[in-house]
Amino acid sequence: MASRVDLSVISRWIKEDSRILDLACGDGKLLHDLARDKNISGYGMEINPQNIQACIERGVNVLEHNIDQGLGNFTDQSFDTVVMAQALQALQFPHLVLDEMLRVGREGIVTFPNFGHWRCRLHLSTKGRMPVSKFMPYTWYDTPNIHFCTFKDFEDLCRQKKLTILNRLVVDRANKGDWKTRLLPNLMGEVAIYHVTR
Amino acid sequence: MPDAIPVDSVGLVTPQTIHFSQPLQLSCGQILEEYDLVIETYGQLNEQRNNGVLICHALSGHHHAAGYHCMDDKKPGWWDNFIGPGKPLDTNKFFIVSLNNLGGCHGSTGPVSSNPKTGKLYGPDFPIITVEDWVESQVRLSDHLGIDQWAAIVGGSLGGMQALHWSITHPDRLRHALVIASAPKLSAQNIAFNEVARQAIMSDENFRNGRYLEENTLPRNGLGLARMVGHITYLSDDAMGEKFGRELKNKEFSFDYGVQFQIESYLRYQGANFSGLFDANTYLLMTRALDYFDPASRFDDDLAKAMAKAKAKFLLVSFTTDWRFSPARSHEMVNALLHAGKDVSYLEVDAPQGHDAFLMNIPRYVNCVSGYMQRVANECGEKQ
Repeated sequence: MASRVDLSVISRWIKEDSRILDLACGDGKLLHDLARDKNISGYGMEINPQNIQACIERGVNVLEHNIDQGLGNFTDQSFDTVVMAQALQALQFPHLVLDEMLRVGREGIVTFPNFGHWRCRLHLSTKGRMPVSKFMPYTWYDTPNIHFCTFKDFEDLCRQKKLTILNRLVVDRANKGDWKTRLLPNLMGEVAIYHVTR
Repeated sequence: MPDAIPVDSVGLVTPQTIHFSQPLQLSCGQILEEYDLVIETYGQLNEQRNNGVLICHALSGHHHAAGYHCMDDKKPGWWDNFIGPGKPLDTNKFFIVSLNNLGGCHGSTGPVSSNPKTGKLYGPDFPIITVEDWVESQVRLSDHLGIDQWAAIVGGSLGGMQALHWSITHPDRLRHALVIASAPKLSAQNIAFNEVARQAIMSDENFRNGRYLEENTLPRNGLGLARMVGHITYLSDDAMGEKFGRELKNKEFSFDYGVQFQIESYLRYQGANFSGLFDANTYLLMTRALDYFDPASRFDDDLAKAMAKAKAKFLLVSFTTDWRFSPARSHEMVNALLHAGKDVSYLEVDAPQGHDAFLMNIPRYVNCVSGYMQRVANECGEKQ
């Protein structure tokens, strides 16, 4: 899975001993490994029962909570970093969740699939249909991914919100940020990883 | 009765009575000079004495949480589906202690015990006990058992309140608190239901100001009515609808006020059954203990502040159709724990059974408690 790469990048960007909130934390592996390797503390949020169970078995603090309902349970700036890996496209209101991330956290790390990747473009332009691939395996009418965007779209949103992009990395299927993805990120990159702050 | 004891049962168990002669200062100002606590234990305390799990019971609960007292028992203890070898509270790994709280009517000192000073039954003279008092008595019990620190303290509903209170007042004496279908304090609506229950009991002509036992009678109707009201709050509208709907006992209306709907029959049965098994003064006492519970009140009504000293890790569970202690009540506790920076996990289990769900075998709930307790068990092995 290409999404695992973004986790290793996120791990590199997170400072030791920091306090982390992981939105849509999945099976809790990121938080677990960060606690072990970087002595972080924090919580994960999830709505998928199997993932919540996996977190509990790992000993990761997990809260059953739908992040589309906001992060009202947390006070302003109560985390060093709020992470959200591969969930932006599944949110009802991605822009509001982004606001919430940077309200409760000093920094945010967001990863999402790039809809501007050449495969998507090729699929759409040659077949005239919404891309369905191993990486995006759902049909358009039955998918958790309701808000696809491209890197350019996301950067527009950051500009609109006057966010500072501290760091960004684009990786392709082979999980490398090689010269192609550096040169033509919106065309060659499959997964975007943005480190932002206000 | 079980034809044979199931393999995942703790089997036949015998309660023990422990006498405490060191006076206990109660919240109400009175002192209980001496008292008994009845307990049951399941599993073995390990050499490091660090695998103890304390079970705190809810309003009408008691020490008999698992197994059978004899082969004629119709049912096992009240939480048998959670306690036993291989079960979520695994007796192969933990030493599990379940007690009847002070003020109870199943053997621990309470209104049905005799007052050593007068030689007469306490009855209505038994002091009102609070959750704090229960926790203090449970601390004495821990000392008696030689358990400095519980691996976990577990409770549903009123039992969860005790687990929460332990974490506040005795932070060093537990490593985990499992607070299930509980609340940090009662709402006005909760207190209102309790008051209806108390009025039902106290207005029964056989209540006799609480001295019914001395006068060889019982406020059966009142206690039955109290239980009926309580029972409605334990079930969800869905669960009741599913079980009874508008089903009639006979085919047609009889145009009188006898039992006609199945739900009436069920509630009357529950009320009548309970009123023969439970003590009315104990019921009054337990509902009052619920009303009074409010640990945040001593911390400027700030629950996060109340939780500040807690050292335990927390698991909270709520059930979607529970309207007695709804998920929102668990959110209050979770949020306070988050603000206080405590380790907490929270699960909101989709279950149709209402408040009673915490007693039931709901796969997601069972797996979660199992998974959590497995980690607690691993820690017991690591700790020396």
